[in-house]
Amino acid sequence: MDFKSTYITHTNCITPLGFDVESNLTSIAAGISGIERHEDSRLMASSFYAGAIQDDAIERAFAAISADKNYTRLEKMMILALYPVVKDSGVVFTKKTGLLIATTKGNISALTGITPPDSAYLAQLAQNVGDFFNFIAQPVVVSNACVSGILAVSVAKRLIQSGMYSEVFVVSGDELSEFVLSGFNVFQAMSDAPCRPYSANRSGVSLGEAAAAALVTTDAKAAKAKITGDASVNDANHISGPSRTGEGLVRSLVNAMNEAGVGPNEIDYISAHGTATPFNDEMEAVAFSRTGLTDVPVNSFKGYYGHTLGASGLLETVIGIECMLHNKLFKSLGYDSHGVSEPINVISENRECTINRFIKTASGFGGCNTAVVFEKIHHGDR
Amino acid sequence: MEALKQELKERIIKILNLEDITPGDINDDDALFGDGLGLDSIDALELIVMLDKDYGIKLSDPAEGKAIFHSVSTIAAYISEHRTK
Amino acid sequence: METGKYYISAYCSIAANRITVNGELVFDAAGLPFPDFAKQAYQHTGMAYPKFFKMDNLSKLAFLAAGVLLEDKIEQGAENNVALLFANKSSSLDTDLRYNEMIADRENYFPSPAVFVYTLPNICLGEISIRYKLFTENTFFIFADFNPEFFAGYAANLLDTKKADEVLCGWIELCGDQYRAFVYRVSPGGGIEHNVENIKTLYNK
Repeated sequence: MDFKSTYITHTNCITPLGFDVESNLTSIAAGISGIERHEDSRLMASSFYAGAIQDDAIERAFAAISADKNYTRLEKMMILALYPVVKDSGVVFTKKTGLLIATTKGNISALTGITPPDSAYLAQLAQNVGDFFNFIAQPVVVSNACVSGILAVSVAKRLIQSGMYSEVFVVSGDELSEFVLSGFNVFQAMSDAPCRPYSANRSGVSLGEAAAAALVTTDAKAAKAKITGDASVNDANHISGPSRTGEGLVRSLVNAMNEAGVGPNEIDYISAHGTATPFNDEMEAVAFSRTGLTDVPVNSFKGYYGHTLGASGLLETVIGIECMLHNKLFKSLGYDSHGVSEPINVISENRECTINRFIKTASGFGGCNTAVVFEKIHHGDR
Repeated sequence: MEALKQELKERIIKILNLEDITPGDINDDDALFGDGLGLDSIDALELIVMLDKDYGIKLSDPAEGKAIFHSVSTIAAYISEHRTK
Repeated sequence: METGKYYISAYCSIAANRITVNGELVFDAAGLPFPDFAKQAYQHTGMAYPKFFKMDNLSKLAFLAAGVLLEDKIEQGAENNVALLFANKSSSLDTDLRYNEMIADRENYFPSPAVFVYTLPNICLGEISIRYKLFTENTFFIFADFNPEFFAGYAANLLDTKKADEVLCGWIELCGDQYRAFVYRVSPGGGIEHNVENIKTLYNK
């Protein structure tokens, strides 16, 4: 069976570092982090570090594209992320134009009392976002913990290769909420300082919020990257702790690279998960070592954004693709002294580097892992 | 201390959803984690919440938990010394 | 679109406290609230798996449904490449509501990590993977209603691309006292032809 090639052609992101890709890259290049100390008793009784987007920035930006007041804050973030992607792509929607939304908790802040409001249902959130753009097809939602954003790219590729859709607009998003902050807090997983992925003194996550969007299509004309391999294999070990041997991530990496027809020595960069919990980062180091990826430059973007949950996989892919296009590696912000048992190659300074292929990885509660291989398009050769 | 140990056994069974176990099945000095009752990392976090909720003890360093939660005896000893409820 | 030829080798439905497998009733406990029904259904299986009692309602439902089709029905000690393709309408709302209550009162504030971990719908996939040692593809989707067209197409794609040798498809919906589980195995082996019409027929049985 022959499968069509799929590409990412248009991207955008809504983050504390800006409401377009360029502003985000500028801040990242300057080592600016979106993580700040917050005192907001609505979200948490004590102060906390997180990457938060200002409410009025969202309101202003949304008012510029619509007078409709009936969207939740997260829906606005997602719509803002998707808006230029839809517009710039020029795709004329058919019933085979897909909309795929990735989120872990959706409009969780809307939950009060014992009856969930309509907006608390993720399919309703997706429909609201879809209706803004007049998508014809019913939206699809992926809700698979913190791999959701990158898993959605993999799902989009599969949906197109299956013939179910001709192109898929992917949007990922999650907000800061009391619900999630309290949960990570009771899991003792929150750092009391900005997070330090892969560092010896790392002490947990800084949470964040963001939305990101991308168009996945077979039309290579405006392609930023080709999606050449994807896999999402479970650890089959524990529902919250990652596998000590990194089993699921190892298999995801191996399967994705096999599908892409490449070996570890052909991977130029890894945009990893790096949440800065003691166990996650160690598991990743073990997995990268087991798959022969120890020498590949690797970073986590969590030091710039915090952990944006369902948004993270796609947001970090969007930035990773720009790194590949511009042949730039950005330092893994927050990394100070090496704190994992394997000598993985954590990027400690911004530098130029030819990147033809990179891998995005993510892991999450429930033992899930995702790895996707992206390849640079040389628009001359086709 | 005996009453506290008995209370702890009942609480642990209830809080950790150990449906098939009775207080009589748990010996005071049995290891709770690892091979013992087979408790895991989430159970350890639940016990930290129990210390706070039922005995008014806030663990300043969760890493202390490993030693404290070794057995019913060690938990009882710690609670006796630090309880505020 | 061209796909390989696949078959539904077994299916299970759990609703109204009745468990049916391939259309036959295998367990019934009318009138009980879900947690009690689930406990009795678990005991009926004869499984010795105390972790069951730590699961939330959604995971218990998923575990029971998958268990009916997998327990003693896949090779022990072998690598079973059975992918998990699950979906529902309510995500983890049932447990989200329970957790939300715990954080509602700032004066009596004791959120539970054991409850919080289940506030994600894909945890049930983890529970099934752990029990049956499934180092396999797994994804949880959300739809307003059971979507047989999507399930048929996506399962076929996993098999066509050889990312799985078999797919366990599941609609596991539970919120409050409303619940419905429908799970079925798809593979190149024999059985009922795997297509949208047949999936709908079995779902509605």
